Order: sequence, then C-alpha cells, then structure tokens
Amino acid sequence: MYKYWVMEMMEAHHQQSLAIQMKQRRLANGHKPVSIPQEALPNGLHRENVNRKHTAQRNGITKSASSSKNNVPKKEAHPSQEGKASASYEPTPLVWAVITFWCYFILVIVGWVRDILRKTGLENTKGGQEKEHMKEFPSLYQGFDNFYVRNIYIKLRDNFNIPVCGIPGAEFELAERRTDDYNWTYHMTGRTKRCINLGSYNYLGFAENSGWRHEEVRKVIKEYGSGVGSSRQEVGTLDLHQELESLVAEYTGKEDAITFGMGFATNALNIPALVGKGCLVISDKLNHASLILGIRLSGAVVRVFEHNDMKSLEKVLRKAVVEGQPRTHRPWKKILVIVEGVYSMEGTIVNLPEVVALKKKYKAYLYLDEAHSIGAMGKTGKGVVEYWGVDPKDVDIMMGTFTKSFGSSGGYIAADKKIINHLRLHSHSATYSTAMPAPLAQQIIVCFKTLLGRDGTDEGMYRTRRLAWNVKYFRSKLKQMGYIVYGHDDSPVVPIMIYLPSKVGAMGRLCRERGIGLVLVGFPATPITETRIRVCLSAGHTKEMLDKTLDAFDEYGDLLWMKYSSQEVPQTIIPPYPQREKKGDENEE
Amino acid sequence: MESVWSFISPEPWSFGELFDALRQAPMYHIVVEIILVVFIIRLLLTKSYPIESDELTEAEKEELIRDWEPEPLVPDTPEDHPDLKSRVVTKNGSTSMVVNGKEGINMATLDFLGMISRKETEEAALKAAGKYGVGSCGPRAFFGTIDVHLYLEQKLASFCGVEQAILYSYGFSTVASAIPAYAKRGDIIYCDEGVSFPIQMGLLASRSKLKFFKHNDMDDLQRLLEDQMALEKKNPKKAKVTRKFLVVEGLYANYGTIAPIAKLIEFKYKYKVRVFMDESYSFGVLGKTGRGVTEYSGVKIQDVDLIVVSMEMALGTMGGFCLGTQYVIDHQALCGLGYCFSASLPPLLASAAHAAIDCLEADPDICERLRQKASFLHERLAEIEGITVSGVPISPVKHIRLVNSSGNRDADTRLLQSVVDKALDRGLVLTVAKYLNDEESFLPDPSIRVTVNVDLTEELLIKAVDIMKNTFSEVFQKSG
Repeated sequence: MYKYWVMEMMEAHHQQSLAIQMKQRRLANGHKPVSIPQEALPNGLHRENVNRKHTAQRNGITKSASSSKNNVPKKEAHPSQEGKASASYEPTPLVWAVITFWCYFILVIVGWVRDILRKTGLENTKGGQEKEHMKEFPSLYQGFDNFYVRNIYIKLRDNFNIPVCGIPGAEFELAERRTDDYNWTYHMTGRTKRCINLGSYNYLGFAENSGWRHEEVRKVIKEYGSGVGSSRQEVGTLDLHQELESLVAEYTGKEDAITFGMGFATNALNIPALVGKGCLVISDKLNHASLILGIRLSGAVVRVFEHNDMKSLEKVLRKAVVEGQPRTHRPWKKILVIVEGVYSMEGTIVNLPEVVALKKKYKAYLYLDEAHSIGAMGKTGKGVVEYWGVDPKDVDIMMGTFTKSFGSSGGYIAADKKIINHLRLHSHSATYSTAMPAPLAQQIIVCFKTLLGRDGTDEGMYRTRRLAWNVKYFRSKLKQMGYIVYGHDDSPVVPIMIYLPSKVGAMGRLCRERGIGLVLVGFPATPITETRIRVCLSAGHTKEMLDKTLDAFDEYGDLLWMKYSSQEVPQTIIPPYPQREKKGDENEE
Repeated sequence: MESVWSFISPEPWSFGELFDALRQAPMYHIVVEIILVVFIIRLLLTKSYPIESDELTEAEKEELIRDWEPEPLVPDTPEDHPDLKSRVVTKNGSTSMVVNGKEGINMATLDFLGMISRKETEEAALKAAGKYGVGSCGPRAFFGTIDVHLYLEQKLASFCGVEQAILYSYGFSTVASAIPAYAKRGDIIYCDEGVSFPIQMGLLASRSKLKFFKHNDMDDLQRLLEDQMALEKKNPKKAKVTRKFLVVEGLYANYGTIAPIAKLIEFKYKYKVRVFMDESYSFGVLGKTGRGVTEYSGVKIQDVDLIVVSMEMALGTMGGFCLGTQYVIDHQALCGLGYCFSASLPPLLASAAHAAIDCLEADPDICERLRQKASFLHERLAEIEGITVSGVPISPVKHIRLVNSSGNRDADTRLLQSVVDKALDRGLVLTVAKYLNDEESFLPDPSIRVTVNVDLTEELLIKAVDIMKNTFSEVFQKSG
C-alpha cells in the first residue's frame, strides 16, 4: 500500500514537472508542448514509450518534409537536402528533470543558509569584497547571478578556466591547480597533465607549432612584429591583409571580403553598419551573444524566431512584411535574417536551403554566421553553404571567424563588392580599431593555402575527411551507448546531456584524471535542466584518442547514470578510415 | 413577512384596479406603449452590429508581400571613393614605414614606445609561437586560458599596483564590454563629450541614462551632479539603488588633453559616483614610470574604480585589459561580454605585451624621453602658420586642425587629405583622423593626427616638421 502511494506521488510529480518541462521546451524550441495521454504514464515502467512519443525534432529538417501549406513549397527546397543527416533531439527524461530541479533546489537552500551565515559573520566571506570606504556607494552589482556564482558555480569552478600550458592541439598539457579555500583561489603547482583535448575549437587541427605553416608565421613575426598600431582606414592595411581578403573571397565564393582582429567584434561592430533605425532584424533564438550585441548597438528592431524552426521564421517574416513597423505601420526599410551555420551549444546545423527559400520569398537579406562551420562543414570545408549545396550568391553576408578552424584569431565578412566597400568605410572596427596583427593573418593565409591545395598536397582535403569520419564515429558510438546527444549527425559540435550540476564536477574530474579534457556547460549558459558536456571534435584526433575517450564515457556513463536515452539507435555504418591520396605534410604527428 | 412586504410596497393593488386604469387610459397612450414594447423586443432580438474585420485576407497579405520593396542592404558607395584607395603598408617600423611603395618617417601609427619593432617583443612572440602556436582556440572558460594570460594579468596588476587585472582580446571591445558589465538600465552615466568611439559604444550597450558634460569642464559636471543630488533628496529610496558612473579618458585620443583626475576623485567621494577611466593613450606615456594619469597627477590609482587600457597603443600588440580591485574585476569574468564570449587573446600577443611591460619596467625613462620629444614637436608645430595643434605639449597624440576652416567639413577634410598625400611623396607618413561622421555623439573637427614615436630622433622630427610646413604652405597657397 505504501509503495503504491509513493508511486502515485511520483506520478503527480512527473505530471507537474512535465508541464514545467514542456513549457520550458516550448520556450526553448518553439514547439508546442506535446500532450501526453494520461494513460501513457501509469508508472515509470512505460517511460520508453512516452519518450518516443514526445520525441520532437529540434531542427526543422524532418518537419519540412511534412510542411504545411504555409511553408515553403517543396519544389523550392534544394535537391541536395536529401541524404543529409537528421538531427535528433530527445527531451529531458522526466525523472531526471525532477532530480535536476531538486538538486538545484537543495543548492539554493544551502546557498541561502550560507549567505545568512556569512552575513552574521559565522562563516568567513571569501572572494573579492567591496572596500570599506566604498560601502556608502550604491552596490555595484547584485542579483541572482552573484548568488549563483557565490554558492553554486564556486563548487564546480575547478572545471572551468583550467590553464593550458602549451599548444591547444589534439592533446594538451593542463596545469594542475591547487586550492586551499574550496575553489576561491588557486595556485598552480607547476605540474601539468597531458590530456586529450575535446574542448578547443580546433576543427581542422591547425593549432600547430611546427612544420612549414609555422615557419611562415615565424618569418612574418620577424618581418612585421606582433602589432600594427593603426586602423585599417588609416595606415593599418598591410599587404598581408589584402592577400588574406582575396583568399577569403575566393574560398567563400563571394566577390570580396574584409577581415577584423576579433571574431566577436566582427559581429558586434559590423551589424550596426548594415542595419539601423527602421530596419528589422530577425534573429534565431539561440544566436551568439556577439550577434545580439551587434543588433542592440545598431538600433534596429529585433524579432526572434524559435531555434532553427522554419515555420516560426516564416511566421515572423510574414507578419513583419504584412504589418510593417509597430504603431506607424510603415513598411520596414529592410529585413535582415541572422542565423548561424552550426550552433555552438546545440550542435544543430542551420536549415539553410529553407532559410534561403524564405529569404527569397519575403525579400529579406540573409546574414550567415559561419563561426563554427567554416572549415568544419562541407566536403572541402567551405562551410554549411557547401554542405547544403546552396549557391553562395543566395547568402548576402557570409561571416565567419578564424579562431576555430584556422587556429588563429579574428573574423571576416565576405559579400558582394558593394557591401564590402560600404563596410570598409562604415565599419566601427575598420575605423577605430587597430588591424589584425600580421602573424595572425599569415597563419590564416597558410591554412587557406593548405585547404585550397596550393601546398601541393591533399592535406587540406585529408583533414576535412578525417574530421567528418571522426564526427560520424564518435557520435554514433555515443548514441549506441545510450547517451542523449543533441544536434545533427554531421555536426562537429557534440553536446552530450548530463543534466545534473553535480555530475559536471564528477565527470570533469574523473575524465581529467584519466587524461581527457572536457568542456562542461551549465546554467546560465544553458537552460537549467540542460547541463551538458560539449565536445568539439578535431581532425587531429586519432581513432585511438577517440576510443580512449569512448571507453571512459562508457565506464563513467554507467557509474554516474548518464546513459539517459531510451531511443533505439539504428546501427550506423562507419565508412573506412580516410586515407591520404597524395603525399601529406612531412610533419604529421 | 407581511409587514416587510407592506413596507416595500406601501400601496396594495389588485388586478381589478389595474384593468380599470388600463380602460381609462387614453388611446394614444396605449399605442405609444405598445410601440415602445415592440421596439424593445426588437432591440433585444437583433444581433449586435457586425464590426467590420480589419483582419487581412490571405490574398491581401500576398499582395502586400508582393508589393514590398526593401531598400538595398547598403547604399551605393562610389567605386572611386578616396577612402577606398587603400594605403598599403609593406614594411612597418617605429621610425619609418613603407606605404604604397614610398618610404617615409612614421608619424601615424600609435605605438608610441616603438614596441612593435623591438627585438624583445619579437623574441617573446617567437618563443610563444613555438610553444603555443598562434590561436588560443577557445574562450577563457573553455580551455582558452593559456598560462601566459595568467602571467600577464599578474604582471599588469603588480606593475600598476592594483589587486587584479583582466585581459581582453580586442582593444575596442575592452571598454565597450567593461562599461555595460556594471552599468545597466536605470543607472546614470556622466560622460565627457570628448570620449572616443569605443566608449560611446559601451555607453550605448549599457542602456543607462547618459549625461554628457562639456569636455574637461568641471563646472558643467558639478552642475549635473548637483542637479542629480537635488533630485535624490526627493527620493532617497531610489537614490540608494541608482548607481552612478563617471566615464572619462585619461589622455583624450581626439584632443590630446588630460583629464583633471584629482578633481574627479573629489567629486567621486562627494557625490558617490564611481570613476571609470580609459587610459589607452596615457598608459606607458604619462607618469614618471608610465603608469598613466594617476601617477602623473599624483592620485592614488586605487581611487579610480576601473581603469581600462587598450594594448594596441603603447604596448604595440592587440587586446586590452581592465584594472581594479578584486571585487570589481571578478564581476567581469562572468559578465564582460567580450571576455566570456570571445576567444582569448592569442598567446603570442600576450607574450609580446608581457615583454613590452618588461621593457617599460626596465627602462622607465622611456616615458620621459617620449614626452620630451612630444613637447619638442609641439613647439615646432605651433610655428607653422594656418594650423593649431590641440592638446597638452607632452601628449604624443596631436591633432592638427585648420585655423581658418572653410565651414565645410568635407572641404576641410579634403584639404587635410591632400596635405597627407603630398607629405607621403616627400617622405613623411601622416594620417587624417578617421571618424564615422554619422555615428559619433560629438563629432570632433577634422584633423591630421600626428603621433610621436620615442625612437624618432630630433633630426627626424625637425625634418618632419619641415615637410609639414612646406606642404601646408603649398596647399594653403593653392587653395588661396
């Protein structure tokens, strides 16, 4: 009798948290909550069925096949869409959502108590404190963010900002840190630990410190130094910048390109040169902070559509064109749709063919941020445009960064000559900020040359193929183990759900001990129930490295109960390991 | 019960009386009443007006979509726009550089201390490149923290005598992220009208209430602060949670003037405003050992709440940093947008900046030498007719502006640009200070921005001034 009562109670809990969870899901994805028939949940035993029932598609791809009359006509959809990997999205299992909330609940309660203890002086307050003479000033900052940092983040702080003592390649040296005050301060012991690097954005493995590419960079440091000291508009345009820009234009298939010293600033400081008052920006819900900042600085009105949901995008576009500006109902001057190629936290690939079709239908302009896809997607690494087989001409502005696939820093915008000329004159970054230092530019130039095969080898192609193989292999193995993995099967960003904040600490520490460096992402970067491991695969990872990682995941997945998935995974056929066709780099690791 | 009824209806009646009354009533009365009753029934039975729906039909929507013609994404830029003709640098150095194939004395780049071409920074960069490669491949939180970042942050903090430093990977984004990390909607920012563009972007991103005071005008600032104080007296509850910030530049990039920091600190404690200072142009320039305006004015550096410095000037690399107490700086580690969401500074640039600080520490006289050269140049430039040189003599950034402006900004700019072009032919690299005319809050007058590099010898400075003198007189003669 007691047992039955407990089960009923749990059921009530499930229902309640399901409602919360579905509401969150709707907020996060824009999918209407899937109603779950009451009888589907008699007890926890039928969980598998339930999960299958409300397995929604987070991307719009599979949905587009059954698109409604409002959606893009099928004939407009690009033929190359077929055969593209589908994205899986499995919502948080109910039990784990409840436990996660419970976990945060306890953390918050403990935090409250400790805050009271700190206030009364029973517990030492650690960390930075406002100076005595500044106490009369209005408090510099407050709110939940600080509570979170003080009481929750601090417990896991040893998993973030770990210093790297060397090159962030496929393997790296992590500094050993010690703390005597429970993560408030660290000091480095001087020892390092060699770990497999599953966190750095080094998709093509171009983070190198030897070989001909490296020698070219050294030459440039000697010739130009490590700074420029002037903006592009003044006297900061080096011949290297011009060479780089013509290579970017060639690689992306656009007429011209302009480059900047920081990827974040490329978005934040150029969007204001493109849109302004009276313009509308339609932005994906999960767009990067730099895009959001750029939109805010531009003064344009922004409307958000649900993450990679083409129906939602069309709804917003249609409403915008039909209704015009708020209050005055004047038509918008122009509409700019901003999407990313690969979303760095979700691993989703944008449904580009449909975005292009919608953009054409509603005469909007398209800004595509390829920060995580240039070099990493497509047969020859030319990004999601190549992946989907979309004509680069259909994307008005192609933006990307050099941090990820090129092992450098900075960003570019490639577009028609007219747009680039406008940006050369009106970009905040080109006018007020010093130009990209020469060694960074040279690193990118040599990477482009490799990718374009100008070095006389097939190294570039070989790397893109290896990355694609690694992605296929790693993702399918993880799924077979029973992990919930977000994103498309072809995406080099692999978010693996772990849900509980306590598992962040456990998994991070266990894996580091075993020589595996992981990036763990939790609230507030993700919704509260969607704490995850984010793996960024690299062409530099060997099969042995991946196998070692997978072994660890298999073992710890059982130990920490992280194999949450209840979906059946069909056996994926892993293609044979890619082989070189021609001679590669002589300095292959 | 009966009594209650009688109280409500004091006059009892019967059907008989009622019938009598009806019979005695005149005919017209009955007719009117019947019409009234019919009308009421009709009113009750008819439906409410069908309000004309302003919902558009699908066809109308399609028509609207068909008719809408957006503006082009960008306006047309003439292909032959003078600013599009890139001036391409093929060799850069502290004293001379090659622009468009012509070699000239460098009075245009902002590395005042000549750090870009120094052996020490080059060696540090090479060493770092050999160890770390080029990029850091990640934001600080996710394996983008390289040990050299931590060393540089410690070095900067100890060099300046503050508790903590935080490193950004882009000069512009340093100040543009630092301000909105603290200032939010509802806060008040007092700001000098002469601040440079990155600060203006930071102010815009903060969405705080902005109050500009005239450039370096302390009376104007005090007036604004007093006004606010009077307001706060009326509503002390709100005043307690309204943060107030004072944003200034140490050495103004657009004017070459120095902020009266002692006075600002006085205001800080009097009016409870926190002082943020951008020392991009004064770090490594002002003060006995190059620690900036605070050292120059004899103010304790700890009294300034936040100091923001771009490493793109005196330190000759890329990126920037903020200095302050642990309480202030720690907040940026999770709330500074440009810190959290951007890849960290390439380690070779961090190493180069570290080497530059070492150079500065080993040879603090370098700042004094720079200031002497700046003063020397200032005197000589002041002798040229038809121009004014703005700012304090010791500033290594000087803006040359026309005494007799034509009143037309474009014409003035063209004239200055022709001076710059002609000077290049004669062996002097200069640049017109570039602004986004439509975006600046308070657009400075057009100018040629001359910078002094510490490596320039007196002979070279004299030669440069001669070239400028000749070029200006020639251009002035031509324009009449």
